[in-house]
Amino acid sequence: MLKYILPLILFIIMAIFLAIGLNLNPSEIPSPLLNKPAPVFFAPKLQAPSEKLANIDLKGQVWLFNVWASWCVSCREEHPVLNELARQKAVTIVGLNYKDDPSAAKNWLDTLGNPYNVSIMDQDGRIGIDWGVYGVPETFVIDKKGLVRYKHTGPVTPIDVQQTFLPLIAQLQAEPS
Amino acid sequence: MKYLSLIFLSLCLPIAVNAIDSKAFSDPRQQQAYETLTSELRCLVCQNQTIADSNAELASDLRRQVYEMLQQGKSRDEIVQFMTDRYGDFVLYKPPFKAKTGLLWLGPVVFLMLGIIAVFLVLKRKKQAATQENGQAEKLAKICRLLDEGDVS
Repeated sequence: MLKYILPLILFIIMAIFLAIGLNLNPSEIPSPLLNKPAPVFFAPKLQAPSEKLANIDLKGQVWLFNVWASWCVSCREEHPVLNELARQKAVTIVGLNYKDDPSAAKNWLDTLGNPYNVSIMDQDGRIGIDWGVYGVPETFVIDKKGLVRYKHTGPVTPIDVQQTFLPLIAQLQAEPS
Repeated sequence: MKYLSLIFLSLCLPIAVNAIDSKAFSDPRQQQAYETLTSELRCLVCQNQTIADSNAELASDLRRQVYEMLQQGKSRDEIVQFMTDRYGDFVLYKPPFKAKTGLLWLGPVVFLMLGIIAVFLVLKRKKQAATQENGQAEKLAKICRLLDEGDVS
């Protein structure tokens, strides 16, 4: 009896592992930044380059940090979702305009709408390296204390907003600053 | 035809070269450190290439980062720490041995041991079966012999 059951059990175990492997997304690399202070930046604003924004300016509020660029195809797919999120005014959205041409970036916001409270420029990709950015778009959720609480790689979908972002934002808003 | 395929193969050879942006170091040891480091760090965009091999923009940015940190006199460990702080252990082609990567490092050894144990058990069982068969064959021979003897008397 064991002679027949053992291979079956082995097969089931292998099938389970292979199924998990198939469903993993290799481009989703866990961020070492989770629950750590958000990397410090001090960068010019896209729409007012003479002014600079630092992440200390955002202390005490929950904010999203969305990495985008006008050359990024999936950002176009994500953009209406961000516009909708901005319309709900649920959270402060800060954009990181990553390795982009400022005029192309401004043009993008003019034609597609601007969901960002503010966008900062990272033309040489240094802020991107500090945040461990490797694939645009990426979205981070930062809490009132300035800790990174969540990272999303790839375009944010309406389902992600409903199931992950809004509940997390509500939870973080309720935490003391 | 043989020559044609040889020519074709030799044309394929020069493709395997490093990404082109040579960084100049005054110190040959730094040059050496740069070359080893960039060939040990993974490009996260094209995950099966090192940042030395990849032409992706991120790889070129990371090469610049390594170059600058070496110029500032940072050590190899400091640079590796800088990269893992931002991109996690995945950025290293050879991840460090720790609780989280234990399965990765020990898995093959465990499977090898399981294989050896399995082979050992199978061999043992075969041997047992063989000796049992031998015993039976002996008994059978004895019976035949007895029968034969019986016939004679």
